[in-house]
Amino acid sequence: MSHWVVMPIVVPALLAALMVLTMRHHPALQRTFSVGGIIAVLFIAIGLNVSAGTGAIHVYELGDWPAPFGIVLVVDRLSALMVLLTTLLALAVALYVIGTGWDRRGRHFHALLQFQIMGIIGAFLTGDAFNLFVFFEVLLIASYGLIIHSGGTARLRAGVQYVVYNLLGSTLFLFALGTLYAVTGTLNMADLAERIAALPAEETALVRVGATLLLLVFAVKAAILPLHFWLPGSYANAPAPVAALFAIMTKVGAYAIIRIYSLVFPPSLVATQGLFDIWLMPAALLTLTVGMIGVLGSVRLERLVAFAVVGSMGTLLVAVATLTEQATAAALYYIVHSTFASAALFLILDLTVERRPEGGRIAVAPPIAQNGLIAGLFFAAAIALAGMPPLSGFLGKLLVLDAARAAERTWLIWTVILATSLLAIVGFARAGSTLYWKSAAVMPAAGAAVADPPPAVRPAALPFVSVGGIMTLLVAATVFAGPLTDYFAAIAAQIYTPANYIEAVLGARAS
Amino acid sequence: MELLVASAIGALTAAGVYLVLRQRTFPVILGVSLLSYAVNVFLFATGRLVVNRPPILSDDAAGYTDPLPQALVLTAIVISFGMTAVVVMIALGAYLSGDDDHVDTRPGADT
Repeated sequence: MSHWVVMPIVVPALLAALMVLTMRHHPALQRTFSVGGIIAVLFIAIGLNVSAGTGAIHVYELGDWPAPFGIVLVVDRLSALMVLLTTLLALAVALYVIGTGWDRRGRHFHALLQFQIMGIIGAFLTGDAFNLFVFFEVLLIASYGLIIHSGGTARLRAGVQYVVYNLLGSTLFLFALGTLYAVTGTLNMADLAERIAALPAEETALVRVGATLLLLVFAVKAAILPLHFWLPGSYANAPAPVAALFAIMTKVGAYAIIRIYSLVFPPSLVATQGLFDIWLMPAALLTLTVGMIGVLGSVRLERLVAFAVVGSMGTLLVAVATLTEQATAAALYYIVHSTFASAALFLILDLTVERRPEGGRIAVAPPIAQNGLIAGLFFAAAIALAGMPPLSGFLGKLLVLDAARAAERTWLIWTVILATSLLAIVGFARAGSTLYWKSAAVMPAAGAAVADPPPAVRPAALPFVSVGGIMTLLVAATVFAGPLTDYFAAIAAQIYTPANYIEAVLGARAS
Repeated sequence: MELLVASAIGALTAAGVYLVLRQRTFPVILGVSLLSYAVNVFLFATGRLVVNRPPILSDDAAGYTDPLPQALVLTAIVISFGMTAVVVMIALGAYLSGDDDHVDTRPGADT
């Protein structure tokens, strides 16, 4: 059995502990090890993708305990893709914080970053429902530290709300798991799937309760209306690079929904009928609407981008809730796109806010340093997130719209997605033109008042490398959309044949 | 016994939810703690309530209690304990730096 499967969890865990214990006073060493560790995990993730891309499902039994008794890690196409996505994003964020010095504004940034990566990757790899809870807690407790990094009253207050909200979510998660365990006597996902499918119809009431509670938990993580309240405040007040990293955290919720509701509660299961088309779909449409109205109504750039994240989760959940192979393939493309697009926007936001005395308030002010370059990046990222051609957001929305033809009330879904796209375009155009374009108008006055402009400081190149890297990935996702969507269709096909997964985990016992 | 345990979980949950909906951080944290106690007892009961039986399989025992929920509860207790400590520290930091322990952001605050 290959130990490579567990390495993406072990490497960050060991590195984080090493950083706290031996490098706490050596920021340069921390930076080196942090980036080095992420690059190592990146290569492992690429290897896992190549290996899982053939359609093989690798199962790693922790402590060599056989499957339904011990905890298993499972790598299939979906988890390998999500691990790769996480490491790419983490690398960009790590380079960005090093380039801007964000990591020096508080202590232990890189250790927390490593723990965060460990938790997220663990959540993607695990094949055990209780272990999923544990990895959720690992990623949450690291995020509690990251979200209040460098302190400040507003940040701490937003941190309290974020922590309390997520503690309640964790409690709900435990209630859901307890309910499922009481009915089935197992928490291994593959085993759960088998036993729930075998339950007689009159005993499935508690299964339905458990499935609904679980969906609520993942809805909290994915910030679906009406459980999205934690997101705008927390993301807007968190350090922007941390918020960029959190772009993958909402996707953890989306991933968990796709995984659990294709494997444990498959669409054919009678007990959980209606959960998606009656509840999740309207919630997703409302999330999308509220998010994009928030984009239009925000007075601060931080909140604008945070609401754009809420809106993009809405689009993603429309695809997830449609529950067909085609829709799930579209959802995967949208996950990749919106992770990078929202992360890029948060980083560009940070470049802007750090250069303006007004901070993130959307108001006309003298132009910032490198106004043209940052404005261009903002323009590109906003086009991507709003879903305009030629970038990947357009293709993503097109795929979602196409897949929605299989859902009920297609006209409603199409109307909401297209109308909210318009809202997003107007919102981004207003913010962008106020921040970057109209600033040129006040330049002469400001230039006349200040006789001698401060000497231009040569900007650090690394932040732009990081943002440029993410933008390159977005362009690549657009250019190679054909092969990518083919691959995502293969992933979706694998997800919707859970028998292979169950057989890989439970092995000979299943036969 | 089932009725007693069930009503205990219910009472803890009700009190927890009530306290979580308060405006200041101290009652909210107490509420979260009460909820985590409720869920711990609930998890413990998911293996069915059994008295005076060993938690391991053995041939001469008449019956046994499910050991897995006990392990799950242990994990949940450790995690909720750590999380409570974290939220207390962050809430204290927010209170000391903002001189205000309301959970929500007050009107007029600049965020």
